[in-house]
Amino acid sequence: MWALVLKEFRQVRRDHRTLAMMIVMPLLLLVVFGYAASFDVTEIPTVVVGPRASAATDELPELFQVTESQQSWNRTDAVDYLRNGDATVAVVTSGEEPQVLIDGTELFSARSAITALSQNPSAPEPEILFNKDLDTSAIMVPAIAGMILIFVGTMITSLGVVRERQSGTLEQLAVMPFRPRDVFVGKVAPYFVVAAIDLVVIVGVGAWLFDVPFNGSPWLLGLGALLFLFVTLGLGVLISSVSENQGQAIQLALMSLLPQVLLSGMIFPISSMAASIRWISYLLPLTYFTEISRGVMVRGEGISGLWFPLTMLAVLGLVIFSFAIVRFRHDLTPAKVKRSRQPSAVSVERGAGSAGPQEEAGAR
Amino acid sequence: MNATNWGLERVSVDFGNAHALQDVSVTLNPGTVVGVAGGDGSGKTTLLRTLLGLLTPSSGGVDRPGGDDVGYLPAGSGVYPDLTVMENLKFAAGAYGVRGDEYRVARDELLERTGLDKAHDRLGGNLSGGMRQKLGLAMALVHHPRLLVLDEPSTGVDPVSRSELWRLVSEAARDGASVVMTTTYLDEAGRCDAVCVLDEGAVLLQGPPNDLVAGIGGSVGETTSRPNTRYAWRRGASWRVWSPDGFDSSSVRPAAPDLQDAVIVAALRRRVAA
Repeated sequence: MWALVLKEFRQVRRDHRTLAMMIVMPLLLLVVFGYAASFDVTEIPTVVVGPRASAATDELPELFQVTESQQSWNRTDAVDYLRNGDATVAVVTSGEEPQVLIDGTELFSARSAITALSQNPSAPEPEILFNKDLDTSAIMVPAIAGMILIFVGTMITSLGVVRERQSGTLEQLAVMPFRPRDVFVGKVAPYFVVAAIDLVVIVGVGAWLFDVPFNGSPWLLGLGALLFLFVTLGLGVLISSVSENQGQAIQLALMSLLPQVLLSGMIFPISSMAASIRWISYLLPLTYFTEISRGVMVRGEGISGLWFPLTMLAVLGLVIFSFAIVRFRHDLTPAKVKRSRQPSAVSVERGAGSAGPQEEAGAR
Repeated sequence: MNATNWGLERVSVDFGNAHALQDVSVTLNPGTVVGVAGGDGSGKTTLLRTLLGLLTPSSGGVDRPGGDDVGYLPAGSGVYPDLTVMENLKFAAGAYGVRGDEYRVARDELLERTGLDKAHDRLGGNLSGGMRQKLGLAMALVHHPRLLVLDEPSTGVDPVSRSELWRLVSEAARDGASVVMTTTYLDEAGRCDAVCVLDEGAVLLQGPPNDLVAGIGGSVGETTSRPNTRYAWRRGASWRVWSPDGFDSSSVRPAAPDLQDAVIVAALRRRVAA
């Protein structure tokens, strides 16, 4: 038995990724959960509109952080402001009695606002918008759609590409008359289609089983999903390019999925996270997709309110996809090959330079 | 090299300080089979990968046809385990642009020649090692390539399947393809039109097998007890021994050398000289 224990220790010691996962992941989870796992709302972004905006601002409890105050705006402007996700609470002072509008898609902030208002007997009855019953599923289903797109886009894609490498067929593809981008697109396209179908199914089942509303434009959600899929598929290919086997690919995919689930605002509000880790949220694609999916589906948000998350997804997609293509191209064509001008004629290569590091490892 | 002969010309490949190939030249003529033999780590796969353009030589030149004219059977057979025999073949055909009637004719012919016609709907992962290699070879042949590159096609394959693989390789060469294959089996290398034996990345022997055997020099003998010389090696139950001047001892019987003897003698002479 001792021999088996010793053998197992030696194997684990040489598997650096598993070792790192066993040691670093618990620490990472502890730190992340410690700082991110908070439902406490310390401030609620608030817009105050109407002729008595200044006075109303002074009367608001400290919890309500007034980020915008516009005397010329009316209720419609305030609703648009909330719809765009720029604030969670709007105070409208246009009529005889002030109105308090709360964005129901920000569950924890909305509940905190209701509680704070209920403690003041003279405060008006708030009106919940977009998610009147403060229904959790209406908020979670759009975010889960993003999580499933990551699962298909990143994990399944990385496994598909690694499987190709493990079975030795990637090298065969490199010899076949495919351009690297043909192989890349050929590998990624089926997962793209499956992920797109998944999205439609999730949204459909969410509406059917959980009465999740769909108030916005399907095309806008489609655009967000398209950009998001670029990121997740690129991440999948990137992971596959640094993984030697499917086990490593799964480990890395999980390591990319976990922080996204915890830090994207899907479960814990980003505003409740410690500032020291909040910046991580803004690097995660799921943060932006969740913003888009909740905005479009529940709040009926238009493109004017979603240009920032759409742009961020486009930038992240461009960066990650470019890296993925470079790595994938390197996998397929490690050698610099000079091809003749006639495609079907002789290709002549005259040596200069040395072989790449990949070949050092195992070509012979 | 002219336009119809492919190959490597004085190719060296370095991995850092390690010399994977040293000044190796191999000419591949249409209609012939060239065997690249050698032990593990001798540089066989590096040679093939350099020929295929997957590695850039540190020096020397490589001539090969365009990708449409190359058929490649990798060491792992290149068969997709989760596709059926037909699907694998169709994928390879599609990759090389073989479609329609041309594909159907090639498919039926290859399935029949490989004996895979009865297993056409079986998954690649459920095929025996020999069947998988034959399917891999069929995938490499489906577009009638001018250059056929086979990486240890018969390793781990039973003798009957080896013989069937050889028939397919010979037929491809007969149809005009230039065939190059790596092998660790010297009996198999002996069936090639020409052999290049590699040792630590350098050419140990090169030429037609019969010429290599004829050029062995000295005498090869056989004995039952271990001879007291550095030029002796086990062969089955007895010992083979080589001497540049013949044998005085009556315990050593003259033996007809073969390619295996020629390679071992060359390797031993090289090591003694070093």
